[in-house]
Amino acid sequence: MKILVCITHVPDTTSKISFVDQDTVFDKTGVQFIIGPYDDYALARAVELKEQLGGSIAALNVGLAETEPTIRKALAIGADEAIRINAEPKDAFFVAHQIAQVVKRGDYDLILMGRESIDFNGGQVHGMVGELLGIPSVSPVMHLDIEGNVARLSREIEGGKELLEVALPIVAGCQEPIAEWKIPNMRGIMSARSKPLNVLDPFEDEQKTVIENFVMPAAKSGVKMIDADNVGELVDLLKNEAKVF
Amino acid sequence: MKVLVFIESDEGKIKKSSLEAVSYATEITQDTVAMAFGDLESSELNKIGAAGAKKVLHVTDSDFEPSNIMAVSMAIAQVFEAEDIDLMVMAKSSLADPVSARVSIKIDASLVSNVTDLPDMANGFTVNRSIYTGKAFAKTRLTSDKKILTIRKNTVPIRENGLDPKIVVFQPYSKGSDASVKVMSQEKTSSDILLPEADIVVSGGRGLKGPENWGMIEDLAAALAAATGCSKPVSDMDWRPHHEHVGQTGVKVSPTLYIAVGISGAIQHLAGVNSSKFILVINKDPEAPFFKAADYGIVGDAFEVLPQLTKAIQAAKG
Ligand SMILES: Cc1cc2nc3c(=O)[nH]c(=O)nc-3n(C[C@H](O)[C@H](O)[C@H](O)COP(=O)(O)OP(=O)(O)OC[C@H]3O[C@@H](n4cnc5c(N)ncnc54)[C@H](O)[C@@H]3O)c2cc1C
Ligand SMILES: Nc1ncnc2c1ncn2[C@@H]1O[C@H](COP(=O)(O)O)[C@@H](O)[C@H]1O
Repeated sequence: MKILVCITHVPDTTSKISFVDQDTVFDKTGVQFIIGPYDDYALARAVELKEQLGGSIAALNVGLAETEPTIRKALAIGADEAIRINAEPKDAFFVAHQIAQVVKRGDYDLILMGRESIDFNGGQVHGMVGELLGIPSVSPVMHLDIEGNVARLSREIEGGKELLEVALPIVAGCQEPIAEWKIPNMRGIMSARSKPLNVLDPFEDEQKTVIENFVMPAAKSGVKMIDADNVGELVDLLKNEAKVF
Repeated sequence: MKVLVFIESDEGKIKKSSLEAVSYATEITQDTVAMAFGDLESSELNKIGAAGAKKVLHVTDSDFEPSNIMAVSMAIAQVFEAEDIDLMVMAKSSLADPVSARVSIKIDASLVSNVTDLPDMANGFTVNRSIYTGKAFAKTRLTSDKKILTIRKNTVPIRENGLDPKIVVFQPYSKGSDASVKVMSQEKTSSDILLPEADIVVSGGRGLKGPENWGMIEDLAAALAAATGCSKPVSDMDWRPHHEHVGQTGVKVSPTLYIAVGISGAIQHLAGVNSSKFILVINKDPEAPFFKAADYGIVGDAFEVLPQLTKAIQAAKG
């Protein structure tokens, strides 16, 4: 089983977001970067599947050199090798194109991703990669087992879930409870230093969207506190201001 | 500009979010075509006209079940060509995500998801989209000739005054099938209002102490015709199903009113609710961080406040 896990390098979930240069550049000052939480689930499940079935795991990131500590963490958690495509991840199409090229060259059976990145939240890259390769993509996946050449998975749908069987190779966008996040141990951290991290030049340069600038949400005008003994006042506000009934 | 809208339905009912997508398209053009799949009564299809579409392409061939994502994507790509479509609009959903991604590759389109407002077409084509899980927006330019948008809920009001549309059965000319994807079973809570679709959401957190106390949340939700949600620990402890949990790692909602009961307001929870129009927080701790993100707040014990509020709402609604 050859597994490719695609990981993002994103601000920690507690980060305050702000921008500089007339709101055209994300302000990285003081921001802690992590493996995307959904990508972390994908990686954790990959490690379990490898333990069970054998094979190898490659972690892939499309990003500049700044992402390497995050990639090393994926190696410490259990990836055998890593690939970094040395380019700014310009948009989902650009990233999908890079990933598809890596898959074509590496002949992977299973391409695991997160359900979505937590910076751009597109939920688009898996479908694009699936289409570029002509193979199915399934997301968000909550359980994934492999039997021979078949993946059995459960996918969350609105208001419930669906059990699927899909012949490999597939792209899967993962979310909990597919596996428990794994914390790297000392041995993992030590061995990560000597595992290969291959840096590749980007495959041909395409993007189809351009961010012009960032915008912060309008501040809330302040909360109206209502006395617990006076729910009537609240009902008035819900009716006449929020107009929900 | 010719605009195509992808319509989703659930058990024979067209989703409200899809009617919103039609209304959104109609703000851009008088020339909106919609595409709907599966068994739908003409009364349902007429709602698409009321929301503004002039024409509905109805795919009735069961090989194009919506869960058949590769086939559906192929059918849409065919419509792009047959109808000379410039832009496709769809409501963001777990189906719209893979379909929009696949179609964008097939037809070489720019794709932007989580769009929160109408496009600015004065100079090219730009939209605002929600990023960093609702903590910011990015003004984004679509540079390809063909374009696809998936829009967030509550972007425009739903129109109801349009005429009955021209309904045409559309038969895609080739069956791209997902032979390798087999749906083995489906589990669904059918009677409930779907969380991502709901106009009002009542959510409970760890402050409710246990699953046996969810009756209060359900009563308030019933009084308001709302969907129910919860915080992550609540679904982690199996008090509520996973698909109800709201936030960074759960469902992102943008209802008109979000009611948070016994939820502290951690940044990861707020990430899933911060595009709600109004937020009401009920918490016994006046220092709970959620109050800072709220429009209305009550400091009090949920076990006392909720029954009173439910009763008062029932009375006000008559
Ligand atoms: C990577 C990551 C991702 C996460 N993603 C999510 C996510 O998607 N969604 C999410 O919700 N959380 C998420 N979390 C967890 C989040 O940080 C908080 O731990 C969680 O939201 C807290 O849930 P809570 O507010 O229900 O519980 P608590 O923090 O325990 O708060 C309970 C609240 O109830 C109040 N209360 C107690 N009794 C009463 C009463 N009788 N009446 C009224 N109020 C009462 C208390 O004052 C308190 O404010 C994530 C965390 C991490 C690290
Ligand atoms: N720059 C990137 N490098 C590697 N994988 C990525 C990158 N961006 C997105 N992905 C993968 O695609 C998934 C979905 O991302 P998105 O479509 O941006 O929500 C992520 O969870 C990752 O697994």
